[in-house]
Amino acid sequence: MEHNDLALDMRGITKIYPNVIAANREVDFSVKPGEIHALIGENGAGKSTLMKILFGMERPTEGEIFVDGQAVSFSSPTDAIAKGIGMVHQHFMLVPSLTVAENIVLGMAPRKSGFLIDYREALELTRASAEKFNLHVEPSARVADIATGMKQKVEILKALVRGARVLILDEPTAVLTSQETAGLFQELKNLKEQGFTIIFISHKLNEVKELTDRITIMRAGKSVGVYDTGAVSEEEISRRMVGRDVILSVEKEAVAPGEVVLQVQGLRYVNEWGKQALDGVTFSVRSGEIVGVAGVEGNGQRELVDILFGLRLPESGTARVGGVKLTGLPQARIRSLGVSYVPEDRMTLGIAAAASVEENVISDRFQGKRFNHGPLFRMKELHKESDRLILDYSILCKTRSQEVGMLSGGNIQKVVVAREFSSDPVLIIADQPTRGIDVGATELIRKRLIDLSRAGAAVLLVSADLNEVMELSDSLIVFYEGKIAGYFDNGEWDDVMMGEYMLGLKHQSDEEIGRASHA
Amino acid sequence: MLEQFFQAVFKADFIFAVIRITAPILFAALAAVIAEKAGVVNIGLEGIMMITALFGFLFAYWTQSWIIGVLGAVLTGGLLGLVMGFFSLKLKTDIILAGIAINMLGAGGTIFLLNMFTGLRGNTGNLVTPNILIPTVKIPLIDRIPVVGEMLSGHAVLTYCAFIFVFLVWLLLYKTPIGLNIRAVGENPDAASSVGVSVLGIKYVAIALSGALAGLGGAFMSMYYSQGWNSGMVAGRGFIALAAQAMGRGEPVGAMLSSLLFGLAQALRTKASGLQGVSSFLVSLIPYVATVLGLVIYSISLKRKARKHAIKAVKP
Repeated sequence: MEHNDLALDMRGITKIYPNVIAANREVDFSVKPGEIHALIGENGAGKSTLMKILFGMERPTEGEIFVDGQAVSFSSPTDAIAKGIGMVHQHFMLVPSLTVAENIVLGMAPRKSGFLIDYREALELTRASAEKFNLHVEPSARVADIATGMKQKVEILKALVRGARVLILDEPTAVLTSQETAGLFQELKNLKEQGFTIIFISHKLNEVKELTDRITIMRAGKSVGVYDTGAVSEEEISRRMVGRDVILSVEKEAVAPGEVVLQVQGLRYVNEWGKQALDGVTFSVRSGEIVGVAGVEGNGQRELVDILFGLRLPESGTARVGGVKLTGLPQARIRSLGVSYVPEDRMTLGIAAAASVEENVISDRFQGKRFNHGPLFRMKELHKESDRLILDYSILCKTRSQEVGMLSGGNIQKVVVAREFSSDPVLIIADQPTRGIDVGATELIRKRLIDLSRAGAAVLLVSADLNEVMELSDSLIVFYEGKIAGYFDNGEWDDVMMGEYMLGLKHQSDEEIGRASHA
Repeated sequence: MLEQFFQAVFKADFIFAVIRITAPILFAALAAVIAEKAGVVNIGLEGIMMITALFGFLFAYWTQSWIIGVLGAVLTGGLLGLVMGFFSLKLKTDIILAGIAINMLGAGGTIFLLNMFTGLRGNTGNLVTPNILIPTVKIPLIDRIPVVGEMLSGHAVLTYCAFIFVFLVWLLLYKTPIGLNIRAVGENPDAASSVGVSVLGIKYVAIALSGALAGLGGAFMSMYYSQGWNSGMVAGRGFIALAAQAMGRGEPVGAMLSSLLFGLAQALRTKASGLQGVSSFLVSLIPYVATVLGLVIYSISLKRKARKHAIKAVKP
């Protein structure tokens, strides 16, 4: 099809970030006028980057964009808005203390007598457009006081009153309850009937099937297929989405797991958006085994890890390590039980960026007698310990006193694992331990995880990298919508099967899932 | 002793003094309100007041016109605001450091500048002429009301301006597009920039306005309150104003009420220190103790509010 007939045509889009990760590689993406088009893919597949480019928030390294047949080049969202493109971000771009109407007219407020805002006009504009587009909002309510669903409508209205013809919705249902989602779908269908074009970013198959006309699937920065929604099965989509490009293989001996180390019982948690993030999660991790947690991000893994390391308190349920209840304990106590933690966000939770390599590797152990002499440090001992860890984990740094923040991502992560893996842990919670780091560091970290587990540590591995969880784990738990959708302990799994459980197409019986608790 | 004290306090001229003392704090507090709304902490208010007090006075002296003096102070204040903005927004220094630099300039640099321009040391002494002092006005009708007239009439022009500015700042923040932009930029800059509002531009505007308002406070100090410039003149009013802004929850009217409270405390100190048998050291603590108490009450009320919000969030 010629791009004259398309609402939007992106051709050969490549985006390479300075740290040489290609987020998009020669992506073609086109949308017909008046359709609802799904852009679907796992986290990190490149959907957000592509949409940021379309909305003028990022510039493509290569590639062309056509809107209504015209070549365009955006250097800011303002440019994109001028061409009729609007975006509803996952994190709302609203000012909580302002009213709905004020948020809608922000930057284009109607005036009266020269310099005052015409509030009546602002309210009227809001009311009229709410009616026209069939999006019910309360114009004079403060945004801080309205429900999430209405905030989203305000965002959509904001784009529409600025003349958007193409609406990008970035995972709009992630923050909504199921009733709100149903409402949103109805509203989007209405907009479609009025001739608007909608790009719907999601990784929920059922939603995509229900709402959209066509689907573009992305994986690892590329477009891997465009389909008419009616003509493709959910299984096919899932296979395309989570297929593996490279099969990773790791050598590890079989194990006979020992005693239960971590026992999680009936965890429930409501997150900051009022969503049931964990809905009765029960499982255990035994000494000597690696239990992998797979799942599309946002299905409760984050909350689970936070609860296990004392960063959130569950609504109900318990987690015990060696019989001691973890929940409600401060981190120092949790650590003293032999729990190690490799956080996903290493820059915030894993290290103190401005401190030295040495200070970071000893930060969990500097208090003991071994390193102190009265009020003073035994510097020699500290140096000895940090030099040993730097050598052992081959951390590339100029000296032990180099600032950690100056190291490469892989070496920063090595600093984190050097500390966490060397404290004789009985339980290691590793959250995305190899995300965004180089091959060498990845290999080292994976190997050490296996070595530690073979030596008797219990390992809970949470990863969005399906390759990683499938290869490293002795047993696998799949999370879907805050629940365990499947438990596998026979080592027989493949990506197709995982995809089906991760995307909610399949669900094991309670009995099968119950085996995860080893009670 | 107490009797003496009460006699002094329950008099019309005491209220008159409270209003007079409040005015410069109020200007600076409103300056803090505008900056804070745009998400900028203007900790340089103290220094801006010192410098603008000097330049206001100098401009007035050179032209022998108090109006030009006041305008000069406003302009100087606005420029100093822009300088702070340049350092923090463009060169990315910490705004607190930029503010401290301005404050140190205000403490030391002014003495140097005064000496450079006039050859005087530490104060403007004999340069003062009636032309360069801000005139007082009698308000026609109110003037005749017995006690009230004594309290409210006969203030300096700028004193009335301070209270008029409470309304003007409120109008600016809540009724104009630029005010809407200022509030949006201060609360969620991403939201503002996503609809094409220039976050940097708005912050520059806010901090320049803030400096200009502090300039009015400075002019008030040297051209009316102290009848001339001297090096110890501002005496922490810039910082007290920051406290007044916080206690007033960042709102113009709230800032006015807390400024009045601080004005009252200052006036009490003046009265009490004239009494026999009272330690002058103890009495001079009053305004500062009031500041600390005010901030304690403020933070308690904030905590309560936060708790209420948390409860509301759990049970919608």
